[in-house]
Amino acid sequence: MGVGIQVEHLNAWYGTTHTLQDIDLHIPANHATALIGPSGCGKSTFVRCLNRMHETNPIARATGVVKMGELDIYKDASPVEIRRRIGMVFQRPNPFPTMSIYDNVASGLKLNGFRNRRILDETVERSLKQAALWEEVKDDLKKKSGASLSGGQQQRLCIARALAVDPEVLLMDEPASALDPVSTSKIEDLIFQLKSQYTIVIVTHNMQQAARVAENTGFFLNGKLVEFDSTHKIFTNPRDKRTEDYITGRFG
Amino acid sequence: MSTQPAMRPPINFNTRRMRMDQMRRKSTNIAITVLSVAATIIVVAPLLAILGYLIYKGASSLNFAFFTQIPKPVGEDGGGMANSIVGSGVILALASLMGIPVGIAAGVYLAEFGRGKFLATAVRFTADVLNGVPSIVMGIAIYSLIVMQQKHFSAFAGGVALAIMMVPTITRTTEEMLATVPHAIREAALGLGVPKWRTAISVSLRTASPGIITGCMLAFARVAGETAPLLFTAFGNQFWSLKLNEPIAALPLQIYVYATGPYDEWHRLAWAGSLVLIVMIMVSVTLVRIFANRGALKGGS
Repeated sequence: MGVGIQVEHLNAWYGTTHTLQDIDLHIPANHATALIGPSGCGKSTFVRCLNRMHETNPIARATGVVKMGELDIYKDASPVEIRRRIGMVFQRPNPFPTMSIYDNVASGLKLNGFRNRRILDETVERSLKQAALWEEVKDDLKKKSGASLSGGQQQRLCIARALAVDPEVLLMDEPASALDPVSTSKIEDLIFQLKSQYTIVIVTHNMQQAARVAENTGFFLNGKLVEFDSTHKIFTNPRDKRTEDYITGRFG
Repeated sequence: MSTQPAMRPPINFNTRRMRMDQMRRKSTNIAITVLSVAATIIVVAPLLAILGYLIYKGASSLNFAFFTQIPKPVGEDGGGMANSIVGSGVILALASLMGIPVGIAAGVYLAEFGRGKFLATAVRFTADVLNGVPSIVMGIAIYSLIVMQQKHFSAFAGGVALAIMMVPTITRTTEEMLATVPHAIREAALGLGVPKWRTAISVSLRTASPGIITGCMLAFARVAGETAPLLFTAFGNQFWSLKLNEPIAALPLQIYVYATGPYDEWHRLAWAGSLVLIVMIMVSVTLVRIFANRGALKGGS
């Protein structure tokens, strides 16, 4: 089951650039939350702060409190544990090119020393079914490289890989922006099904996408969270003038 | 409709000038193709010439005895280089066992952990300098560091000398190959909760492995023919010896001794030895390639 995330006074820097300024936000469990905003507004940085990927960049820094359920992720746990419990899907599909489809999905378990064949087999099958990829690849699981799949399939493979380590939260950083419309709609269907079991945060440039998949939407601008509300409210009756300007296409 | 831009006039592709341009492009294409084929021939020709000459000079002296017997005393015909072939194998195995792990480990440090650190800059600089150290100097250095201390020549000292010569090539190739691994691949692993050291070994290194294997093979092939560093370390041996703490025979040393000797029989054996050395290097490099490609998957990059 998913858990909610509570963010309080989150600030983030790249070198001397203050990319996130005092973000307060509650992400409810088992819902999809969309983050929208123009390029460079800090939404990607924000999701990378949630699973502590932000700090993998040596010049990056973050302060503030992020709580997953009762767990303070910056105080009570190691980044490695947090990243296992908060999965991430990136903008460009990034399967491991030297690994088979099977090994790609099993990688999170295998690389952490997990060896039980029967459980690995079950997990790979379950994850690929959850990612709606099983039927397309079940005959080539160990024969084909993850890189041999089409772009859309690769992205679903990456989703399966993230699900295989049994996360509670799934962060998706523009997961469909490099894909064609058919693959995009498959990913969106997937998000719809997955949110019953996981808390999903999706960064997107596509406002229709936010409207289709997410219950709540946050609007970022210049490193600040301008507005956060139900998706319906944001798209029909936003409180802030800047939100309205952005969603009506007056800028961005 | 007045706001629409005016229609651009269609381009006429059939003017005299256009036809001339086409001709020029075609001839440039041919010229560049011819040049690159010629360059390829110039690169490959010396290798084929050397191989051909070695076969011409050496193949006739190759017989069963060459691979099974040790050198005969001066004045007796026949004999072989069995001890040198095995000795070279021993020294190279020692050198690879020591040089390849150290070289790869240093390369992983430079590419994955040492970015922007002073130690990394120092290691990189040292590796480049080490790469330029003449092999005879390496021989003398190991002579004073190991042979003088132990008070005798040894296969081990020869292995160390060659290992140190392998390290800089392997380190720099490993670093460069790891740098070509996309950052997104590392992020994928880190994002799954894989620790950084594990990501470096099981993801980055594995993705870069074809290039790293090539680097190791280049280093191996380079030191396999080295003579100078072995003169002061492995020293050579006219008899069977597999002990690591005693002088050991090696093909380059035996070739050197025979080629500079006064007897025609020795010269013939030196040619045969050279042929065997080259073929052994080519065979081992090819075997590693075949072995490394066996696990490759369909559609992998």
